[in-house]
Amino acid sequence: MEELSSLMHGFAVVLTPFNLFLMCVGILLGVIIGVLPGLGGANGVAILLPLTFSMPPTSAIIMLTCIYWGALFGGAITSILFNIPGEPWSVATTFDGHPMAQRGRADEALTAAFTSSFIGAFFAVVLITFLAPVVARFALKFGPAEFFAVFFLTFASFIGMGKGSPWKTLAAMCLGLALASVGLDKVTGTLRLTFGHTELLTGFDFLIAVIGLFGIGEILASMESGLKFQGATAKIRMDAVLQTWKKLPQYWATSLRSCAIGCWMGITPGGATPASFMSYALAKRFSKNGDNFGKGEIEGVIAPETAAHAAGTAAMLPMLTLGIPGSPTAAVLLGGLLIWGLQPGPLLFIEQKEFVWGLIASMYLGNVVGLIIVLTCVPLFAAILRIPFSIIAPAILVICAVGAYTVNNSMFDVWLMLVFGLAGYVFNKLGYPLAPLVLAIVLGSKAEESFRQALLGSQGDLTVFFSNWLVGGIMGLGMVMLFWPLIAMVVGKIRGGTKSATA
Amino acid sequence: MHNDESTEDEGPSLASNRTLEIIVALLFLAGSAIVIYDSARLGFGWIEGQGPAPGYFPFYVALAMGIASLVTLFQALRGSFPGGDDSFVSVVGFGRVLTVLIPSVFYVMLIGGVNLGPIGIPGLGLYVASAIFITLFMIFIGKDNPLKSALVGIGIPLTLFFMFEKWFQVPLPKGPLEAMLGY
Amino acid sequence: MTIQKTARLTMGAAAMAVMGATAAHAWEPTKPVEFVIPAGTGGGADQMARFIQGVISKHSLMKQPMIVVNKGGGAGAEGFLEVKGAAGNPHKIIITLSNLFTTPYGTGVPFSYKEMTPVAMLALDQFVLWVNKDAPYKTAKEYIDAVKAAEDKKYKMGGTGSKQEDQIITAALERVTAPKKFVYIPYKGGGEVATQLVGNHVNSSVNNPIEAVAQWRGGALRPLCIFDGKRSTYTAKVTETMAWSDIPTCKESGLPTEYQMLRGIFMPAGVKAEETAFYVDLFKKVRATPDWKEFMEKGAFNDTFMTGADYAKWVAAADKTHFDLMKEAGFLAAGAAAPAAK
Repeated sequence: MEELSSLMHGFAVVLTPFNLFLMCVGILLGVIIGVLPGLGGANGVAILLPLTFSMPPTSAIIMLTCIYWGALFGGAITSILFNIPGEPWSVATTFDGHPMAQRGRADEALTAAFTSSFIGAFFAVVLITFLAPVVARFALKFGPAEFFAVFFLTFASFIGMGKGSPWKTLAAMCLGLALASVGLDKVTGTLRLTFGHTELLTGFDFLIAVIGLFGIGEILASMESGLKFQGATAKIRMDAVLQTWKKLPQYWATSLRSCAIGCWMGITPGGATPASFMSYALAKRFSKNGDNFGKGEIEGVIAPETAAHAAGTAAMLPMLTLGIPGSPTAAVLLGGLLIWGLQPGPLLFIEQKEFVWGLIASMYLGNVVGLIIVLTCVPLFAAILRIPFSIIAPAILVICAVGAYTVNNSMFDVWLMLVFGLAGYVFNKLGYPLAPLVLAIVLGSKAEESFRQALLGSQGDLTVFFSNWLVGGIMGLGMVMLFWPLIAMVVGKIRGGTKSATA
Repeated sequence: MHNDESTEDEGPSLASNRTLEIIVALLFLAGSAIVIYDSARLGFGWIEGQGPAPGYFPFYVALAMGIASLVTLFQALRGSFPGGDDSFVSVVGFGRVLTVLIPSVFYVMLIGGVNLGPIGIPGLGLYVASAIFITLFMIFIGKDNPLKSALVGIGIPLTLFFMFEKWFQVPLPKGPLEAMLGY
Repeated sequence: MTIQKTARLTMGAAAMAVMGATAAHAWEPTKPVEFVIPAGTGGGADQMARFIQGVISKHSLMKQPMIVVNKGGGAGAEGFLEVKGAAGNPHKIIITLSNLFTTPYGTGVPFSYKEMTPVAMLALDQFVLWVNKDAPYKTAKEYIDAVKAAEDKKYKMGGTGSKQEDQIITAALERVTAPKKFVYIPYKGGGEVATQLVGNHVNSSVNNPIEAVAQWRGGALRPLCIFDGKRSTYTAKVTETMAWSDIPTCKESGLPTEYQMLRGIFMPAGVKAEETAFYVDLFKKVRATPDWKEFMEKGAFNDTFMTGADYAKWVAAADKTHFDLMKEAGFLAAGAAAPAAK
């Protein structure tokens, strides 16, 4: 139990009034950053990094990681209230979180999201505390083929999920993949599908697509059905938090599964985005209420939020022990470590004990402080929906424009956002699913890159994807997911079950 | 998802679902053609030393998209969708969509200006454009009190200004007014 | 254009010569300065730019704030095009890496160092040939001999990006291993490359020192040689037994390959000489801080400072070198123009 005593020492380092103050400031800043689309966690940390150069490293990292926790919490707020995910890993939260808000259950959705985030993060921190060295070595096993297998598994678990036409799902996913391939091809350094337009060099950022498809599309749809916003009728219940907490324990299986997926994805480092999507898809598969997913099922909020936070936290582990960042924010923090004169890597745990255990202790405390702060604000956030639609609509449009612009500092993206908005409105009405489209934009280029890296390494030999137990296992799992509807049908037939099993 | 009953009692239909299905499927096909065209230019086979060519992935993706859209197009033409002849949007409903879409287009024009050949209008910057947009939107579409509208219209951009320019130091597009004030 | 440019450079140099005397009345930024990084967050250029921003604010070297903006799209083309389009704007500077040369040649995107005003060279970044500590090779020669002896494309070289510095060095190494070639596998960032090497997914890498030093110190990687004409000047022990200066040059090991990467500052074209002079002076102050010295040593940078005509000449020569190297390796894009004859 050497870890425990180190951790206690870490708590002693962190628990100074100055550090606690920084913690609160960091969480609040983070929530604001998470709420404003375009100012993601990575940007927020990068922007505030220089402020911390004059602080001691432990205080600096406490503040920056708290910004990160705050941003993770904050991302859920706009997803639930306005259908605008500020970060890629909040996309899956909109699927059920926003319908809940529309039905006047915003406070429940927020409470579930915050609490699940906390549980996910806590699970991951415990893992970091006790298993850091063992787990870090696992991350080294991941080469291009393994990464592709992970992305394949994510996509596979999403196929056949929608109820609509499978052809439309395929078309939407392919559109996303095609959009993801615009810009510079990272493997050969060739420009693709830009047709000489410099605006297209950067490709289509997922955030522009998401702000348009979800945020603007939502406003257009609300406008069509008249100037009303169902959430406005929401009552403010002061005991919403406690009421929701009573419901949460029954979803322990989903939580546990999501924690495991999140930790795995954070460490490998597949990242929080595949984690949240995969966790959502699996929860839908295994839940008794799977058919209600997408209509405002609380389990559909718990699953992605738990996994995203677990992954976001677990991503710190490869950063500290190997010096590889598991997320963009971790990449910026890594830059910070170097500037403060710390060298991340295998020796950090030995040479900078105080810093490392201070950081780990701050992960525990930061998440507790964060949870308390955001939970007390739940009624406040839910009350935002009571603001009249005539104010909310233009304000959301302005904030969407700001978000779209800040991604690449380009007006072109703001126009693009409007186009995506119109597309989102039409797609929604025609039953083209948006989830696979967005998933493809987010993960498409990464999947393609690892696929080609793997083939390059094997000189075109496709068996590389089944060359060892790890990659073969993940690919096999992906195959099972891909053909799940078929498998379920066969199983159903054998059991003589009902036809509804194939949904 | 939003295709609920509310659109049914709103007067004549502007377009049926089937019409929209056909238009969207054709757009998908056009997109697929564009991608295949450029992929063919880049090559979609195996390049020695570089692995799969740059066009490999987009080519097959576009091919799948094209096939899927053809099936959808065929189904729409044959009319085999349930509810294919229902209204996609009513005239009244579409009018309401336009009341937010058209101002949004003007809003984006105001921010960055217009630069289309002979027509060149400099932009007002994001803050001023937002103030105008919010105020006018509230007065004309939300039918709010002009004073309240102006207050909200000025308040939101001002808050954004302090947050982005001062606090987080993220520059947003600025126009003549900000230049006059020395930004 | 060329004549104007020469004239401007001469003026710039003249202005610098008298700068000390006139510094009190010199031009100063009147609004926040945008510092463009033509690369994503977390990479080497990003780290350096954010470090500089931190040093400037910590020591209050400038009255106006400095705002760092990442514009890494299209292998940095996005950032360079932005600076190209901001001619005459003295409130915008850009930090460069080798993509200043490689991106226009590799992708055909139209921009060139000639469309910007050179401010200063801050340092040169080194490249080191790394292998996994479990690999049997103790010297670069042993490794290269093994590549030569094996079948073609048996050895995998991991690197950052495609048709950029890492792949150019790999192509240069292939002149020695000919007719045997490496399989070059491009990754997103240097940190990822180092990890892939630790995990034995590639056989070697040409990581910058700062990207792989953690794994070296942790005993997971072994440096074979440094791609510089002379050994590093940093003699403090990095691991228990070795300092940066203990890594032999590649030339010593029979590999006549040298490559260093520019970490320099440019401004948009058409700015006034006194505006350039302000930034030259600013970076001189940055370099005088102890923080800078520590940063240089940590990353084993070649701490070379150049301004004015010297710098411009260096850049022109580097541009020519990159063109030749890329032409030989077959990395030139169809639309890429050759450097103008001098």
